Parts: sequence; C-alpha cells; structure tokens
Amino acid sequence: MGVMALPQVAPVETPEIEEAPADDRLWVTVVWDDPVNLMSYVTWVFQKLFGYSKERAEQLMLDVHTKGRAVVSSGARERMEMDANQLHGYGLWATVDRA
Amino acid sequence: MFRRNGTQCVATFAIDEVRVLRKVAGEVVGLLTDGMDHTDPVVSRLFPDIYPDRPDDSAEFRLYTEGELKTGKIDQAGAILAALPDEGEGEVRLDGEAAEAWLRAINDARLAMGTRLDIGAETDLSEELEQAAVHDPGSSRVFQLSVYAYLGYLQESLLNALPEID
Repeated sequence: MGVMALPQVAPVETPEIEEAPADDRLWVTVVWDDPVNLMSYVTWVFQKLFGYSKERAEQLMLDVHTKGRAVVSSGARERMEMDANQLHGYGLWATVDRA
Repeated sequence: MFRRNGTQCVATFAIDEVRVLRKVAGEVVGLLTDGMDHTDPVVSRLFPDIYPDRPDDSAEFRLYTEGELKTGKIDQAGAILAALPDEGEGEVRLDGEAAEAWLRAINDARLAMGTRLDIGAETDLSEELEQAAVHDPGSSRVFQLSVYAYLGYLQESLLNALPEID
C-alpha cells in the first residue's frame, strides 16, 4: 500500500482552504450479500474492523442482507482499497467504487 | 461447540470432529499453496476482484496485495491445525487472537465448501441434505453438506463464546 506524501505547504501567504483532490473524496467500499457468511459473523467483522457500535454494525449487515449491498466506508481511494482488502481477509465480498 | 471459560473460548471435540477440522483446514491450505487457479470459482470467491468492472485495475491491485492476503489465509487455517489435539479427541482452548484466526479460517472453509456445493440464498440446508441422502446416503455430497452445516454451527458457537466487543 503506497503512503501518500503530504504536500509541503509554505505558510507564508494566507493559506487557502486546501481542497482534497476530487479523487480522494469520491470512493466507497461496498460489501455484497453472500449466501454463506453468517449474519452474526458479518456484524462481528464490521465491529472489529471499523470499530462500529453493535447497533451500527447490525444495521449495515441487515442492509447488505436485505438490499444486496451496502456502503461500509467512504473516503480516499487508497483507504477504500485497504478496507476492501482487509474485508477479503475476513472472507467478506467487498469491492471499491466511486461514490 | 465452543463456550466461554474466563477469557478463553473452549470446546471439547470428539475424534471425528478433530478429523474433519484437520481435513477441512488442510484442504484450505492445499488450495492456497498449490499454485492458485483464478478460474476456479472458489479462488475467485476467496480473492474477489476489487473493481468488478475494471479487470486491469483489479489485476494491478491483486499484484500488490494477493501474496499477503494468501499468507494470512494460510496462517489462519494453520491456527486451526496448531490448536487441535495431536491425536484423538480433546479440548481446544483459544485466547482472543486464536479465536479470531479460527473464525476467519472456518469462514474461508465454509466459503470454499459453499461455493463447491452451490449454496445459494434460497438454499434450505436441511432440505438439501435430505434430498442428497434419499439419492445416496453414502455420497460425498451428503458428507460435504453435513460438514458445511457443522462448520456453520461451530462458527456461530465461537462467535457467541467471544467476549462482547462493545
């Protein structure tokens, strides 16, 4: 996983509000429904990996189960790739997409 | 099946259960070490494309991540083998880290078996088992379906035996 170098900003002039490049804001990690994974296991993975509360993790799991897919995290593209990769480590079916 | 005992998850396995778990974990390790075939649906399920509509980007990402992902999966299957009694029946005691490895490894085994058995959203496992048994009670499908069902119960029991995360 690449580590992005922070841009060097010389604070001489009035700093403008830095806008993240569009590419860094518009990505999501999606988990897809799967006939094998246990509901209790999927909930546990969301709690464990993202630190979500049990209520939030259960709601996400139910979204996956009833709607076929759910966005479980959003942010910079590299971060989403890392999330999806970790979800694959747990055996969840995860993909990355533009928001 | 697992239960909580202090900070550990504990289960007592009969000799047949030990054999099955050893076989199942060994099969996962075999699948991952024998030069993986990406056209195998089991391999595609364990290592899904990260960008379903962009095969080139998926392949590039795979190039950088698959080795580590694969090693992790082999290690977690190894955690099952390491904790099982060497011979015969016996007790398995797992601390938090080992319990997590077991959960992940049991899940990989269920994914592999579920894919091979063509388990779908509408599959009623007991009905499948009944049909397979009527067809031929000694068939490999009956055995595989029984092991798949057993692993589901085992995984659920381990999840219930874990301390609450919250």
